[in-house]
Amino acid sequence: MNYKLIGKNYQSPDITAKVTGKSRYAEDYRADGMLFAKLLLSPMPHARVRSIDASEALKMPGVHAILTADEVPLVAPPVRGNAAAEEEGPDSKGARGVPIKPEPALTNEPVFYGQPILAVAAEDEVTAADAIERIKVDFEPLPFCVDPLQSLRPGGPNARLEGNVYYSTLAKTLKWTEEDWKEVEAGRLPMREAPDTWKVGDVDAAFKEAAVIIDETVASQATSHQCMEPRSSMAYWQNGKLFMHASAQSTAHVGQSIGNWAKVDRKNVVLLGDYVGGGFGGKNPETHMHTAIPALLAKKTGRPVMLRITREEDNFIGRSRAGMVMRVRMGFRKDGRMIALDMFVVQANGPFARAGDYGTCAVVASANYTPVNMRFRGTAVLTNTPPHGPQRGPGGAQSTVMFEPLLCQAARKLGIDEVEIRKINAPTTGMAFGVPEKDGERSHFTSAFPREALERGAEKFNWAERKKRNGHMRGTKVSGVGVSLANFTAGTIGFDGMIVLTPEGKLNIYSGVGNIGTLSVYDTARVAAEMLDMPWDKCEVIWGDTSKHLPWSSRQGGSQTIHGTSRANYAAAADAKQKLQEIAAKDLGGSPDDYAIGNQRVFRKGNPGSGMSYAQAAQRAIALGGRFDGHEVAQDLNVVTKESAKAIAGTGLMGVAKDNYGRKGNTQSFVASFAEVEVDVETGEYKILDYLCVADCGTVVNPRGLEGQLHGGAIQGIGHTRSQKWVYDQEYGIPLARRFHYNRPPSILDIPEKMDWDAVNLPDSQTPIGAKGIAEAAVGAGAGAVRCALAAAIGDDYVRRTPVGIDMILASVEAKQRVDRGLTFNV
Amino acid sequence: MALIHDVMPAFELFQPVTVADTLALLDKYKKSAWVLAGGMDTFDWLKDRNKRPEIVVDISGVKEIRGVQATSDGGIEIGAGTILSEVVQHPLVKDKYPILTQAAEVVASPQIRAQGTLGGNVSQDTRCWYYRGGWACYRAGGNICYADTPSAINREHAIFDADRCVAVNPSDTAPALIALDAKMVIRSVEGERMVDAEKFFIGPALDITRMTVLQPGELLTAIRIPATWAGASFYFEKVRERQVWDFPIVNVAAVFVVSDGKIERSRIAVNAVAAHPMRLTSVEAAIAGKPRNEETAKLGGERAIQGAKPLAHNEYKIPLMRNLVKRAIRGQTA
Repeated sequence: MNYKLIGKNYQSPDITAKVTGKSRYAEDYRADGMLFAKLLLSPMPHARVRSIDASEALKMPGVHAILTADEVPLVAPPVRGNAAAEEEGPDSKGARGVPIKPEPALTNEPVFYGQPILAVAAEDEVTAADAIERIKVDFEPLPFCVDPLQSLRPGGPNARLEGNVYYSTLAKTLKWTEEDWKEVEAGRLPMREAPDTWKVGDVDAAFKEAAVIIDETVASQATSHQCMEPRSSMAYWQNGKLFMHASAQSTAHVGQSIGNWAKVDRKNVVLLGDYVGGGFGGKNPETHMHTAIPALLAKKTGRPVMLRITREEDNFIGRSRAGMVMRVRMGFRKDGRMIALDMFVVQANGPFARAGDYGTCAVVASANYTPVNMRFRGTAVLTNTPPHGPQRGPGGAQSTVMFEPLLCQAARKLGIDEVEIRKINAPTTGMAFGVPEKDGERSHFTSAFPREALERGAEKFNWAERKKRNGHMRGTKVSGVGVSLANFTAGTIGFDGMIVLTPEGKLNIYSGVGNIGTLSVYDTARVAAEMLDMPWDKCEVIWGDTSKHLPWSSRQGGSQTIHGTSRANYAAAADAKQKLQEIAAKDLGGSPDDYAIGNQRVFRKGNPGSGMSYAQAAQRAIALGGRFDGHEVAQDLNVVTKESAKAIAGTGLMGVAKDNYGRKGNTQSFVASFAEVEVDVETGEYKILDYLCVADCGTVVNPRGLEGQLHGGAIQGIGHTRSQKWVYDQEYGIPLARRFHYNRPPSILDIPEKMDWDAVNLPDSQTPIGAKGIAEAAVGAGAGAVRCALAAAIGDDYVRRTPVGIDMILASVEAKQRVDRGLTFNV
Repeated sequence: MALIHDVMPAFELFQPVTVADTLALLDKYKKSAWVLAGGMDTFDWLKDRNKRPEIVVDISGVKEIRGVQATSDGGIEIGAGTILSEVVQHPLVKDKYPILTQAAEVVASPQIRAQGTLGGNVSQDTRCWYYRGGWACYRAGGNICYADTPSAINREHAIFDADRCVAVNPSDTAPALIALDAKMVIRSVEGERMVDAEKFFIGPALDITRMTVLQPGELLTAIRIPATWAGASFYFEKVRERQVWDFPIVNVAAVFVVSDGKIERSRIAVNAVAAHPMRLTSVEAAIAGKPRNEETAKLGGERAIQGAKPLAHNEYKIPLMRNLVKRAIRGQTA
């Protein structure tokens, strides 16, 4: 397609504020009479609050109020998880399970170290902190567990009183047998029955026909999200409305959840958050329970209240990626085709709702290798660690970093090139993947071009030549090159778009998508501009503040925006175009079909000078009223869109519509990635010399934005492979790495010396402009390529868990065999 | 463990501008006074409320202890209050003792080097995450070392000289100063004393609550580097998990005088392997008179790790220290 805006670089409307420091996060706001709140956090991994004595604190000058668990509501989160679990699992022996209570803002039964117990509001933060120190809380310690394997061990502790393992939505107690545990001690997981299971074909039969079988137990760690902006929030009430400055990934979707926790109707919540310092899945609508603290304290005191969340506190309540350990058996035919994949996963779930990562880990493997026969068995074990939630490529990044090195290992055993083995197993458009439905049917790819991405990448990276450097020593340094294929879900459907052509001839594009730095809030707006042939400098994107009346856009998460909201804006533009044509026909005669649009005019086909300008048409729309200026809207719109349309009706010609384009199958993006590393075998340090990735993300909408997503995601993934992690002392259940420094996200000097990218740029035929999301597959791509390059440098057998630190490399090289920490979590 | 983190409590603050006034304050308040220079060690102690001094003496305004100057014996004197980035950029240091330039340049991050001082870098407390996390361990006045229990995570802890405590000294500049045979100038109202850099640092066996010989009432005012090793052959290397903003897993600093292809004399020090930086005199003795080659390097490396005792998670530090000493003697990384 010959687009004017789509596929072109541009300067986003928020860039000046960001570069000049004028953009503000929630914490940067002040309001008259504002108080500061401070939290009292649990000093134990699991306990019950017997009593609270705040009398000394409340006597202090400047202390205004205390908020405790009794005053905050419990709001049930949506059910998550891909695994098709049965209510009664094989080990439950018919015992009834107990639902786990949802995560509250404050609690009297803390289930992880650092969980907020209560909050105090005072004139300033120091007074609030000093007041917290004078509060006497009597805790009764309860049994705890921070390592899921220890909880599954015979006689091991349960993290929750309700049980230790999820069976569907219920917690039950599951302990393995002594025999199972012997396997763990030998460094393997037992391939036993598990609460969650699904299968395709017959893996056991297929293994008998395999030429090569890989059988390994591998592990991937938990990591905190480490957004630049912690989840601080500031709240005040005016005329019954709650004004909330919060750090939220999405905008339109958040009012309801903030309202639920603050005990106020959605319609009376104004969310202000036009600049957000990163989300990475951690600031999804269901995670804003802590906004209730300033909201309810503000209500109690009649003053605005600011709750600043520190980096350390953000490590406790700011979400994290779930750690997991997996035993995987893969059977290959001689020609490299994977005919059997049998995976058994234990996920450290955290103390609350089931994290979907382990289920997604299986779906992503299924999408990457399309194994002919596959079985998934998974166990989500409750742990007394901070809550997990989606983190950029949840389950997918773990899947890639755990599976991809094993695919390299298989390729070497089979004598097949590592790029080839991926091409042999990678899917094409229309192939089936994922979890079978009840009727046995599975979803299929709306488009899939991983083979093209691998081919282009291999050529660009000079793969065949560079591969010869594997194991080559230069002094004390050994080289390794790696290839990896990653994928992730890439788009949803069915959201609303809303735009207004104004009498001044401008195009206002309303967006309920959040602005977390991906640029997709603007990229998707450009789709509407493109369809109406509007110059970008006459377009205004309206975002980030629900009082500005925003439509029901897609959530900003799950790599869905570029797909979901570009479709919605395409629909809104189509609606506006239809109305332009109708107005022209009404005023100038003929039928709407006789008219075309372009150059900011609606004109008779073949005569661009005829007709009327958009500005004139907008004036006519206001005069005509009804559906033309938004006074009447389609019934299938979301209620949020309807309310917003009503509020701005009469400001111009409104295009407002739901994305009813539909699709067959699921949208999935792919990234092929390549890396070269150099490992110093005397120090264990390694450099990443070069990184290249090639994306299959459909039509490229914003090349510079795409580069940012591909490289940014890769760096996050590289951090996962290199250094980022949690560390717990199991005896005490207390985290040792709590801030940036010891969590070790990668520094600017730890990233590849050279980074490059490309995209196959083939449109997905099932979505109007053909774009698919990409932010998440990019993480696994970075993690996988570097992890595979390390294996190529020092050997397949030396490493089986991430992060791959200096200690593991050096100890293994020294011992000439694998030396790691067994299967223990969080070391 | 303190309940509140990241909020500095109230304390009495003094901001003297002369050494004399500083010493008078330190004498007056003795143990209850806390010396604050760049704040890079201090601030998280205070903000996390795990140490709560009543009196803080901020010496960042004392100009007398800032700057680098040549001394009459051909060496240099660096004021303890000199900012690390000034040390890095100073031509005198670069010219005579590039090993110190190198060591100071790999401390933490550019921001921290622009704030932290050389005196602070050598006087800083250990980074053991149990101790700094506020656990009531031996070093904090308790009766257990949490970093040396069966469940402890101690991959960055000591392989030498553990005595109840297994923490390590994290300074990058300390081994360079020991290798250069620097002298630490310490003043109090009683007068001035000078301590060899090697003796400035102490282990838990001597005093489990302190990392240096500095007593209450005393102030490190300057570091003198004698001319002895100016222009010698230097080697410095720091191994860390991240290439910026990370403490050493192990670092090594070494100076060599080589004549007729043989090592005439040398001084070698490593850090982050014990609660104090270690000068490796037995290695120096073993390699004296030998050519600076792979064989001597190997010998030195093996000698260096004699007596090392790993904890549950830090066995890798032994080959790492061996290899770093080997590389120092060999004189090149590869």
